[in-house]
Amino acid sequence: MRLKNEPYPRPAEVKGYVPTKKLASTKKLASTKKLASTKKLASTKKLASTKKLASTKKLASTDQAESSLGPGRWLRLIIGDWLAALAGRSHLLLVAMAGLVAGLILLVPLYLLLRSIGAGREAVATLLSPRTALVMGNTILLAVAVTIGATAVAVPLAWLTAATDLPGRRMWTVMVAMPLVLPSYVVAFIFISMLSPKGVMQQLLEPLVGLERLPSFYGFPGAFLVLTLITYPLIFLTVRGAIQRLDPALEEAARNLGLGPRQVFWRVTLPHLRPAILAGALLVMLYVLRDFGAVTTLQYNTFTRIIYNRYLSYRLDMAALFALVLVIMALIILYLEQRSRGRARYARLSSGCSRRREAARLGKWTAPALAFTGAITTLALGLPLAGLLYWVWRGWPGHQVGNDLGTIKNNLMSLSGLLEPAWYSITASTLAAVATILLALPIAILVVRRPGRMSWLLERLAYASYALPGIVVALAFVFFGIHILPSLYQTLPMMLAAYVILFIPLAIGALRATLGQMSPSLEEAGRSLGQQPLAVLRRITLPLIWPGLTAGALLIFLTAMKELPVTLILSPLGFNTLAEQVWTNIGEAFFARAALPALLLLVLSSIPLAWLTVRDTQS
Amino acid sequence: MNLTKSALHQGTSGVAWIERVINRRRNRGWLIIGMGVLILASGLVACQPAAEVTEGVGKAGEGDPESKRLVIYSGRSESLVGPIIEQFEQERGIEVEVRFGGTAEMAGVLLEEGAESPADLFYAQDPGGLGAVQAAGLLAPLPAEIRELVPDRFVSDSGEWVGISGRARTVVYNTKAISKPEEQLPGDLSGFTDPAWHGRLGWAPTNGSFLAMVTGIRAIWGEEKTRNWLAEMQANEPAVYESNSAIVAAVGAGEIDVGLVNHYYLYRFLAEEGEGFGARNYFLPGGGPGSLIMVSGVGQLKSAENQENGLEFIRFLLSKDGQQYFADETFEYPLVAGVTTVAGLPPLAELDKQAVEIELSQLADVAGTQEMLLSLGIIE
Repeated sequence: MRLKNEPYPRPAEVKGYVPTKKLASTKKLASTKKLASTKKLASTKKLASTKKLASTKKLASTDQAESSLGPGRWLRLIIGDWLAALAGRSHLLLVAMAGLVAGLILLVPLYLLLRSIGAGREAVATLLSPRTALVMGNTILLAVAVTIGATAVAVPLAWLTAATDLPGRRMWTVMVAMPLVLPSYVVAFIFISMLSPKGVMQQLLEPLVGLERLPSFYGFPGAFLVLTLITYPLIFLTVRGAIQRLDPALEEAARNLGLGPRQVFWRVTLPHLRPAILAGALLVMLYVLRDFGAVTTLQYNTFTRIIYNRYLSYRLDMAALFALVLVIMALIILYLEQRSRGRARYARLSSGCSRRREAARLGKWTAPALAFTGAITTLALGLPLAGLLYWVWRGWPGHQVGNDLGTIKNNLMSLSGLLEPAWYSITASTLAAVATILLALPIAILVVRRPGRMSWLLERLAYASYALPGIVVALAFVFFGIHILPSLYQTLPMMLAAYVILFIPLAIGALRATLGQMSPSLEEAGRSLGQQPLAVLRRITLPLIWPGLTAGALLIFLTAMKELPVTLILSPLGFNTLAEQVWTNIGEAFFARAALPALLLLVLSSIPLAWLTVRDTQS
Repeated sequence: MNLTKSALHQGTSGVAWIERVINRRRNRGWLIIGMGVLILASGLVACQPAAEVTEGVGKAGEGDPESKRLVIYSGRSESLVGPIIEQFEQERGIEVEVRFGGTAEMAGVLLEEGAESPADLFYAQDPGGLGAVQAAGLLAPLPAEIRELVPDRFVSDSGEWVGISGRARTVVYNTKAISKPEEQLPGDLSGFTDPAWHGRLGWAPTNGSFLAMVTGIRAIWGEEKTRNWLAEMQANEPAVYESNSAIVAAVGAGEIDVGLVNHYYLYRFLAEEGEGFGARNYFLPGGGPGSLIMVSGVGQLKSAENQENGLEFIRFLLSKDGQQYFADETFEYPLVAGVTTVAGLPPLAELDKQAVEIELSQLADVAGTQEMLLSLGIIE
């Protein structure tokens, strides 16, 4: 129980607190008034550990104060004072929403626990076999490699497009973020047709260089390349939002104190971007765990392969058990991420507000920067686009006219037939984005402003569900939907609820990064002036976190456009989306008929992306 | 004590009262307990069979002939069966709502839904899915007049599902690498275990048709011979693909020389890429399980609300019109006699002779096949 209204303890209560002046001299940053006012506590590990100590001390002291609460007391030792503090501090609406989301999030692990009861010794034997361990090792290897690769690609790109004067950066921003829209198996298919031992690239090179066979693209190299190119936009978008919120005063202060531009980047800017990078990297790592289409097309067996094989033999119980293992893997990754995140604060403490940053001038680095951006864009967007257009060009005559061996007359391609799926796709994705952001807001606020065991647990479970393949989430909702709410089964609200579960980590990550950069003192000022908590949320918090909020909504929109398993299983009958069109045609090798909806997906997704980018750079 | 809101903030409305109640310290423990109970209760409710819902469905299951509706869960692609379903809709005036997905996914959904499933029919790509749903007791026996529309061996032994159209297993080969298929390709499947085929073959061991084929091989050759064959094939290090279309694409490009696929994928590639596509089908003359006919089948659920409409649909699929569609448009084998297949396909009677007669139900034991493949390390 909090005895005071402030979220952080006073310095005097904290053990091991080092006064700022002393800290400044140990770090050889001068003890000027300017630095004291900026108070860059975030970058010191010592203070980070102090904060950790402070929070445990705080919890201990609240426990001691709470001896007279009855049944609440022992519960709180397990659950934490989150719920109590929340109920005491915020509006009823926030409590209700957080509770609803908690219920939804718990559905999937609950389903897995219930289903896996019948799995038996056979499943455990498979789990402990050396082959499973090998597959698990392969999965982790791919996840780590892709995360490192995606970070190495996305962070420079985010910096170049958001903080420098790169020519055409608005266009580059849109093009760099676009690969997020393409379904992973489509990109994998196209890359295989381009880069496989006898693919298009080999056919082009053969007359020039005499290359008979390219080295095999399948396995780890292919999986690494394709997954990196699909997932780097996740990190790109979150880091870009963080860069836009960066306070230029910090860097200017560092420059004033004698650090060169490169040192400023490594010692001031990058540590400040760390939460956003970690949030994005976490999403990438969990995405690799859950991906199935791309890795199997590229012939690299990951853990999802084991889960899917159990579905292929209709052993739902064993599949649920293996999915639980995936959840545990995800929880371990989340734990590691939280350790590396630390308890640092990143908000400005002193008076004044952050100004717009000036774009850094590239000068002689413009050409290499353009080359780098262009190369990534060509690989990630240009190649798939070229592949899709090639499919249309190659297959169009056959589907319109026919050949000697007969044609599939009824399966003519038509753009008008895609209008209805396009409409459904846009509707579902927009609703999903709005619903997810709304429901993620309470959790993000709790995680940032009220860190405690309950919010920690809730956030972990939300992220852990992200690591599961879509079919597991879909079957969980089938199970609960048909037994608890049959009237809502296979309707839009239930499908949206499943979407929320799938995408809430994206929202939490984006919101968490933005909220963390916003100082709580502004909200406190609002409260102390007599505003209700919800009014504070509406008038102070929301306008300030708006860029992060829209970045999160955009991320969810783009991801929802290509979502497949949940849509196939939970959508209302006759609810056809573009992603379904792509999938059904690629599965039957009608590549031209698959390319049209894929191109339409790209075009439709680029519109909100472009609009938001233009607004961003204008505001 | 400033835990509750200060006097400035307290209102007098009902919502404000609820807020105050929740905000009181002594109520918080109960609040937490209450939420926990709610979550537990929902879990308990989920575990119980919903008896009242089953009854309701049973009453409606008489098959109201006035309702012009039909709900199908289809494991077959929309691109393949969409047109024939539309044709049925137009001819009979029944509104058909279809959920398309993979056979395994749709069967999984049916198994989870159980008796409360909104589906009337399950149209599966291969017998494995139908077998699993039948084993869970979800399918209703089909009337005799429908079962008699196709040869006996295309009806499950429990009479709960029938085959609609067939796909033949075949070998697709690269025309540049193999110019004389009759001489260079073996007569039956066992010929591919020869070390000469090392690294030149491709297969898709997680594909439903492949699993059905191996199940058929187990039924025809027996467990021992099948296991040996699989082990020797594995020793030849075949390239592992995810789907049949990936194999055909690879063979056409020249990545591998031969592949074990279903016969009808080739025609799609020929339609898209023209006659220059470098792969052709080869039907094993030696017969045996390599020429197995894989049927797609349909079964009616016990909990179906529109039973008459469902039977109407099955009759339509097995009618001359329906079977001709499969022959002409998807290049599959019709199972009903008297329907001509597209030129270039060996007639069903010939393939029947080559393949040993096998019961459809025998092709449904996918779990046993999976176990064998798992133990040999062919799949994970």
